[in-house]
Amino acid sequence: MHIVEINHIKKSFDDTEVLQDISLFVDKGEVVSIIGPSGSGKSTLLRCATFLETMDDGSLAYMGDEVVKSVNGHSVYASRDHIRKAKGYFGLVFQNFELFPHFNVLRNITDAPIHNQKRDKAEVEREARELLEKVGLSDKADAYPCELSGGQKQRVAIARALAMKPDILYFDEPTSALDPELTQEILRVIKQLAAEKMTMVIVTHEMQFAREVSDRIIFMEKGLIIENDRPEKVFASTNERTRQFLGKF
Amino acid sequence: MDIATILLELGQGMLTTIQIFVLTLVFSLPLGFLIYFGRVSKNPVLSWIMRIYIAIMRGTPLMLQLIVIYFGPYYIFGVSTTPAYRGIAVIIAFSLNYAAYFAEIYRSGFGSIPQGQYEAAEVLGYSKSRTFFAIVLPQVWKRILPSITNEVITLVKDTSLSFSIAYAEMFTEAKALSAAVHNVGPLMAAGVFYFVFNAIVAWIMARIEKSMSYYSI
Repeated sequence: MHIVEINHIKKSFDDTEVLQDISLFVDKGEVVSIIGPSGSGKSTLLRCATFLETMDDGSLAYMGDEVVKSVNGHSVYASRDHIRKAKGYFGLVFQNFELFPHFNVLRNITDAPIHNQKRDKAEVEREARELLEKVGLSDKADAYPCELSGGQKQRVAIARALAMKPDILYFDEPTSALDPELTQEILRVIKQLAAEKMTMVIVTHEMQFAREVSDRIIFMEKGLIIENDRPEKVFASTNERTRQFLGKF
Repeated sequence: MDIATILLELGQGMLTTIQIFVLTLVFSLPLGFLIYFGRVSKNPVLSWIMRIYIAIMRGTPLMLQLIVIYFGPYYIFGVSTTPAYRGIAVIIAFSLNYAAYFAEIYRSGFGSIPQGQYEAAEVLGYSKSRTFFAIVLPQVWKRILPSITNEVITLVKDTSLSFSIAYAEMFTEAKALSAAVHNVGPLMAAGVFYFVFNAIVAWIMARIEKSMSYYSI
């Protein structure tokens, strides 16, 4: 059973076909990087998989549970409660962190598990402190997001996503708003998670990182998947477009 | 007229002014929310009605609105009003007018919250109502507070427009007393009153702003 399985997703904005026909699956413990030029549909794919965007056609299943079905060329979404359940399987880390500025670091991490997942407060707080230690910010529990650097904010955002105990964690260009030094902070955390066999899908422009950390790399262009293979295979691809794109790095 | 009488009458006017001020805020702050929700509604008819409403309220003098609301029932519908209606007309006119301004302030506040905040809340399983009350509203409140302070301070002074329909608040009383005693003393006293009232309002608002300064957006 795949953690997430996507079949033949299509998505257009007005007359632009952003996703033409995308199918992929991710298995437990896999780290998959999605690379490709701007406008290739990487982020839209992630947004469709996380219900932030509705797809026009195609199906989507989490843990074998098909919450979006393709019926007569159109996507049909399951009931709200059903989708709510599917949303519990994944976490998402945003390019711009999107921490809640009026909550301190600890509350950013614990608010959703306590109030939305109705979990025990003491237990959630203990886990949150462990997560903060893991991302190297155990001294920042009481700080507010405005007091943190970009790299620290993103590490809190990762801890916030992990506190929900997702089966799969999506990253939407997690380092694009950061300078090279801070980028390394984030990449270290992601590598650590990969070593712990966290299932992850990472949309990124960090080619070298994608190569090191991924089990599979997906190269997208113009709403299509051009490559979907082990990193060494993708980097050795004979496809002209792939070579042209990778050659720039 | 002795000084005690003058002070007593000014004091009564002062209480009336405070009453206008408080009641206007009590009605216009929530009403502004309704107008804002109508203004940003997906229903184009409702949205346009609210746009026109806001345009009229902001585009015409408050004094004119006050006079229309006070005399309207008689001149338009031939309904004679009781003396008590004078005070009611003041509250209606001020509330309707200020609600339009507050609606626009709310709109700027909600409009300034990045879409990503809603998306983060959605991904983290926040319900629609918790997203609104726990995530969005506190940030909006912090952002709009300086604008609200401006309006509230203007309101303190605008209460004197009630003079145009001879409602016996602070300014109307002071003007009448000055005319009766042939000096500007009562008007000066009124000026001091407005000044002190606004100083208190500004102090309270600054305290509230400070209570939210532990974070920045």
